[in-house]
Amino acid sequence: MSDNSSNAAYWSANVRIILISLVIWALVSFGFGILLRPMLAGISVGGTDLGFWFAQQGSILVFLALIFFYAWKMNKLDAEHGVDEE
Amino acid sequence: MSQFAINLLFVGASFALYIGIAIWARAGSTSEFYAAGRGVHPVTNGMATAADWMSAASFISMAGLIAFTGYDNSSFLMGWTGGYVLLALLLAPYLRKFGKFTVSEFIGDRFYSQTARIVAVVCLIVASTTYVIGQMTGVGVAFGRFLEVSNTAGLLIGACVVFAYAVFGGMKGVTYTQVAQYCVLITAYTIPAIFISLQLTGTPIPALGLFGEHAASGEPLLAKLDAIVTELGFAEYTAHHADTFNMVLFTLSLMIGTAGLPHVIMRFFTVPKVSDARWSAGWTLVFIALLYLTAPAVGAMARLNISELMWPNGGIDGGAVTVQQIENDAEYDWMATWQKTGLLDWEDKNGDGQIQYYNDKNADLQAIAAEKGWEGNELTKFNRDILVLANPEIANLPSWVIGLVAAGGLAAALSTAAGLLLAISSAVSHDLIKGAINPNISEKSELLSARVAMAVAIAVATWLGLNPPGFAAQTVALAFGLAAASIFPALMMGIFSTKINNTGAVAGMLAGLTVTLIYIFLHKGWLFIPGTNSFTDADPLLGTVKSTSFGAIGAAVNFAVAYVVASMTKETPDEIKALVESVRVPRGAGAAQDH
Repeated sequence: MSDNSSNAAYWSANVRIILISLVIWALVSFGFGILLRPMLAGISVGGTDLGFWFAQQGSILVFLALIFFYAWKMNKLDAEHGVDEE
Repeated sequence: MSQFAINLLFVGASFALYIGIAIWARAGSTSEFYAAGRGVHPVTNGMATAADWMSAASFISMAGLIAFTGYDNSSFLMGWTGGYVLLALLLAPYLRKFGKFTVSEFIGDRFYSQTARIVAVVCLIVASTTYVIGQMTGVGVAFGRFLEVSNTAGLLIGACVVFAYAVFGGMKGVTYTQVAQYCVLITAYTIPAIFISLQLTGTPIPALGLFGEHAASGEPLLAKLDAIVTELGFAEYTAHHADTFNMVLFTLSLMIGTAGLPHVIMRFFTVPKVSDARWSAGWTLVFIALLYLTAPAVGAMARLNISELMWPNGGIDGGAVTVQQIENDAEYDWMATWQKTGLLDWEDKNGDGQIQYYNDKNADLQAIAAEKGWEGNELTKFNRDILVLANPEIANLPSWVIGLVAAGGLAAALSTAAGLLLAISSAVSHDLIKGAINPNISEKSELLSARVAMAVAIAVATWLGLNPPGFAAQTVALAFGLAAASIFPALMMGIFSTKINNTGAVAGMLAGLTVTLIYIFLHKGWLFIPGTNSFTDADPLLGTVKSTSFGAIGAAVNFAVAYVVASMTKETPDEIKALVESVRVPRGAGAAQDH
C-alpha cells in the first residue's frame, strides 16, 4: 500500500468528484424534475414541458451518465494514485 | 387454444427454465449459497441485480400508479433509479473492498460491536419483510388472474411457489436464474408497449412515442391525454397537483432506501473486483432503465386507451359504452375476465344501459351528470395493480402477448421475493445464529436454519399480504422508507466518517428505525393490521408528510442522533480508523474472507 499522504490526496479527490456528481444528481431530479419545473414551463417538449420530461425520462438518463462517468473517472484516479488493484 | 391454456403454457415454460437453471447451479457450500464464489461478470451481475431489484412493484404496479395520477407519481421513476447513483458513489466499491458476505457483517466489524451487528440484522429483517408483503400483493394479483381464481387463492398458491423456488437454490442458482428472469420480464414488458406505441403513435419506441404525436388526432399524445382526462373531470395528467414538499421527501426516501436495501447491496459483494463494483452499478441501472423509460409510456397510453374504450364515440357527447357492448364485444372481454378476480367492477347505477366513467367528485361533472341523469361513476372498481397485466388485453393484442406478460409479471415478483428471502435467511443464519448465538454451528445446521427463516418470513408476509397496507408499489415504498432510515446512514457514516463510534451507530440505527416504524404504524395500523391506525395519509400527523415519505426524515434523525451520541462517547479506536482507511482504497481487495 502506498504512503498515507498519497492516500489522503486520493480520498479528497474522490470526495470532490462525489460532491460534484451529487450536485448534478439533485439538480436534474429534485431541481428540474420538481422544484424548478415552473421555470422550465416555457420550453415545450411533445405536448408538455421540459420539467415533465426530466421527471419521467431525463433524470434517469442523467443518472446513467453519472454512474458511468464516476466509474471511468475513479478507475483512472486509482491508477494515478497507485491504489488500483493489481 | 384458449387464453387460459396459452397463459399456462407461457408461465409453465418459464418456470421450467428457472427451476432447470436452479438445479443445474445448485449451491454446494455456504460460501456459494451466499455469494456465488465471486465469479460473476459485471454485466451478468448487473442483469441479475436488475431482475432482483425490479419486482412486482416495478413491473405490475408502478405504471398503473402513474397512469391514474400522471406527473405526480414521477417520484417512483426518479426515486427508484436515482438511488443507484448513491449506491454506486457512496457504498458499492467500499463494501466490495471490505470483502465480507453480508451488510450486517460490515456494520458489526466497522462499529466493532456485536450489538451493532444484531441491530442491523433486525433493521434489515423489518425492511425486507415489509418488502416481501408488497411482492405477495403482486403475486396474488398475477396468480389470481392467470389461474382464474380469486385474489386470495392466487396469493396462497403464489406463496407456495415462491417458497419452493427460493429454498432450492442459493445465490448462485439465483444469479443465473435471475438473468433468465430478466430476459423474460423485459421482453414481456416491452413487447406489448411497442405494439401499443405503434397503434397510438406509429413509433416503435414507447419512450419516444410518449412525447410523440397521437396518430389518430395529429395532436401530441400527452396533449390529447390531458384533454380527455379533464373532459371526464379528472386532474390534468401532466400538471403538478401533489404537495411539493411531500413529493421531494418521497422521492428522496425512495432513493436513499434503494441504497439501503440489503438484497441489492449484497449483489455488489459478488463481483470480482472493486472497479467491477463501480461498473456493475452502472450496468444494473442500464437494465433497469430499459423498463423505467418504458413505464411512463405504458401508463399514459393505457390511460388513453381505457378512457377511449369507456367513451368509444369521441368523448362525453358521443355517449358512454353500453352494457351490451361490454358483455358481447371482443374488445371488452378483458373486463369480464378481470371482474372474476374481484379487482375490477362496474354497475349500471341509473339503469340506462350504459356505463359512465367519470370523476363524480368534480363539481363541473356533477352538473353535467345532473343534466344527463347519471348517478355517479359506474366503473366502480379499477385496482391500479391490474393495469399492466390487463394492458395487452385492453389494447386487443394477440393472445401470446398476454401469456408472455403473465410470465413476465410472475418472473418479476418471484425473482425479488427469492432475493429478499435469501437476504433474510442469511441475516438470521449467518449473522444472528452463527455470528452471535452459536459460532460453532455446523455448515449443515446453518443451511437448515437459513431455510427455516425463509419459511417463517414467507408465512408472515403471506398472512399480512391478505390485507395489504396499500397497492404493491405503495407497500414496497414503505419498505424503502425503513431501509432509508436504518441501514443507509449507518453504512455511509461507516465509510465516510471515522468519528462515528459503536454507541453512536447503534443509537442512530435504533432511533431512525423506531421513529419511522412508529410513523408508518400510526398511519397504516400497528403491524399493518387494518383499523388500528390513528391517522391516514390523506390527513397525516406532520403537515403534508405521508407515511411513505417519512424515510428521508428517519434517515436525518439517524444521522443526527449518531453524530451527537458519538461526540459524547469514547472515540473510535485506532485499529478501526485503519480499517476505514483501508476500505477507502481499492488496492489489496482479495477474495472475500469468512471468519
